[in-house]
Amino acid sequence: MAKALYIDYQKCTGCRLCELVCAVSHDGISNPARSRIRVIKWEAEGLYIPMSCQQCQEAPCMNVCPVKAISRDEEMGRVYVDYDVCIGCRACVGVCPFGAMSFNTIDKKVLKCDLCDGDPQCVRFCEVKAVDFVEADEVCILKSRNAAERVSAAGKEASALEAQL
Amino acid sequence: MPLNRKIAYIDLTTGDIQTKPIPLEVRKKFLGGRGLDAYLLYNHTKKGCDPLGPENTLLISGGILTATCASATARTHIMAKSPLTGLLGSANMGGFFAPEMAWAGFHHLVIKGKAKNPVYIYIHNGEIEIRDARDIWGKTVPDSQWAIREDLGDQEVKSCVCGPAGENLVRFANVMTGIKNSGGRSGMGCVMGSKNLKAVATRGTMDIKIARPAEALEYNKRFIDQIVSAKVNQTQGVLGTPFIWGATNSWGGVRTRNFQYNQCEYADDIEPERIDEICEETMGPHHMTGCYGCQVHCRAQYKIPEGPYAGKYDEGPEYTSQGAFGGETDTPRALTVLVGNHLVNQFGMDNLETGSLISWAMELYELGIITSKQTDGVDLRFGNDEAVVEMIERICYRKGWLGDALADGGIPAAEKIGKNSFDYLIQVKGMSNLHSDERATPGLALNIATASRGSDHLRSRPAIDLYHLPQEVLKKIYGNPVPYDGPLSSEHTEYVGKPWQVFWHENCYMGVDCLGICKYHTTFLGATLPNFEDWSKVLYYNTGIEMTPEEIWEVARRCNMIERLFNLREGLTRDDLNKGDMLNHRYFDEPCRRGAIDVVGRKIDKEKFIKMIDELYEHKGLDEDGIPKPETLQSLSLENEPSHLL
Repeated sequence: MAKALYIDYQKCTGCRLCELVCAVSHDGISNPARSRIRVIKWEAEGLYIPMSCQQCQEAPCMNVCPVKAISRDEEMGRVYVDYDVCIGCRACVGVCPFGAMSFNTIDKKVLKCDLCDGDPQCVRFCEVKAVDFVEADEVCILKSRNAAERVSAAGKEASALEAQL
Repeated sequence: MPLNRKIAYIDLTTGDIQTKPIPLEVRKKFLGGRGLDAYLLYNHTKKGCDPLGPENTLLISGGILTATCASATARTHIMAKSPLTGLLGSANMGGFFAPEMAWAGFHHLVIKGKAKNPVYIYIHNGEIEIRDARDIWGKTVPDSQWAIREDLGDQEVKSCVCGPAGENLVRFANVMTGIKNSGGRSGMGCVMGSKNLKAVATRGTMDIKIARPAEALEYNKRFIDQIVSAKVNQTQGVLGTPFIWGATNSWGGVRTRNFQYNQCEYADDIEPERIDEICEETMGPHHMTGCYGCQVHCRAQYKIPEGPYAGKYDEGPEYTSQGAFGGETDTPRALTVLVGNHLVNQFGMDNLETGSLISWAMELYELGIITSKQTDGVDLRFGNDEAVVEMIERICYRKGWLGDALADGGIPAAEKIGKNSFDYLIQVKGMSNLHSDERATPGLALNIATASRGSDHLRSRPAIDLYHLPQEVLKKIYGNPVPYDGPLSSEHTEYVGKPWQVFWHENCYMGVDCLGICKYHTTFLGATLPNFEDWSKVLYYNTGIEMTPEEIWEVARRCNMIERLFNLREGLTRDDLNKGDMLNHRYFDEPCRRGAIDVVGRKIDKEKFIKMIDELYEHKGLDEDGIPKPETLQSLSLENEPSHLL
């Protein structure tokens, strides 16, 4: 089974190194506007959330593409743009529910995460593992474990409060 | 290309804006950041100019590597003549401002004049405009930034701002960006306030082409691996700079009650682990954050747990705040440190200067040199938490006689207070010392006495001197990139070889400041971290400029010499207690009363100390009065300054 990008925003420190290495590894250029992953921030609360393509099954970008330039690549587990076919109409940018399909105004091309052909640079450089690359069926169990930990902690807290009554 | 980032000249009086490319010959002489700023300051100010007048020149810049594929190049540098010291004013901060300005097309800003009304400068993809800031004036540091985003309708805008302290011309006001990234020391926020300049905002999406992207990327991976494998950075990534507190305080290197003691007793509540606990309780297990592109993530996030400020979000506190609002004032309570840190971040005021001046006033109050009439009833005894918090606000808003006096900085305040108050003021060149106590470490004492922007631990501190490194390691570090075969001592209490170490670190720190790299990524707290040799590679991969480690060392020397020339032009004289390379008499007269066996009883031997200064001057190529020899200026190609290349 293909691997998937697993983002745990709670671990993100907001440094945006992922954006830098994404742009440099794809285009040889430093410019966050060229990055396929973007860290959205609420600085006043200390909240940072990396956003990237979810590689959807029923991908709206793929469905809306009038020239069928976007397809699913099952082997890599990704939704892929064929730039030889793409006409740059940006219909995909308009429908993406995550804002993960972007448009580069310098090269006049749409851009999205291609999982770096199996070696995502954002993952390679993220020391805190806010962005990780795991087996697709693992994502769910990792999230379950995290949630279970929170439930368990909440339970302990509740019983401690009860004991005080 | 990083090299096509421009320089902009902005006149706030006339509204005139000019932009220019930065010639390669200038780059090779000064690189960028602090070094090029020093050149610009020397060239764009006149001798004796009023630091608060329109003729003072404010410089804001990124390093030559800012926003390239080199990690931790987030630093913004700010320079002007200092309203606190009357000498070189210089501040450096992390965050996200300088990279954004580089993507907007600029590396250097030269800001002159004074706006009629409050304004802010907006830099966007090669364009610069001056905008009305009357509605933003008066707002706190974070609120000003959010208001600018609203004004521009863009949540991605990054700004550096002055807070209420800068507006009120507090002489040690900061320039700040984000929640707590502070261009602190020497009052650069005060210069902004004096120009009616509330902020510089920027947003950029312009390409920075990397000269050799594949090599730059792979090198950066190795660089990061090296940085995060260093124990010192791993600890910083968990506890932040407060980790330094535990060791230094138990050892006896923290001045307490102004300068009466060198160790803070009953400090359990501000130990790094306790601060970390509060951060975790209020922000969860992942409560560390970092600057642009940095994997050290040394900045903690917290909410104030209780009291009148309960629930307020902030970042830090750094080691400096622990000393300023915990140790020096003898109020070692987490709440006081967290609230004090929060207030100075809101006001945009230097935490170190604020805490040091309050603790100085406390000593004067207990000695009867300051009366309760002068404090307007504030009971300024050591250990009074409420008094500390109250005084922070009084200084920012210049409330009461003492608040107003302290807002002008130590030396002017000492003149107003009179009597022998100056004798108790722990300062160099008019700038307060960090809360660390250097009486057991002559090398560190030499650093603060001779630092270019006044008493300072980030300009030449040989911090690794405390690690007692073996001779072969010292030789390897200090014998590169230029040979040194003089003596070196592993003993931090020694005087031998320290001048060379201070000279070496002065050039090392100037190097990172020109490149735009953070000091945690060089030989500052970690002995194994990268310096000149690595910079030569990273510079080549990212910009294509070929420079040897020795050539970068020469650039650093040249930039340090320009700073010296500026200070000399503004009246620096060697032994002057107000404006010279000299320490307060207490370093020589009062021995340490507490601490470990290698600390207690120690003080600085004045005779040996003066010999160290002589030796440092010799290394730097200065004569015995601290003035550069003609042959030194010639060898650094500085004989014709000011040369007005830019």
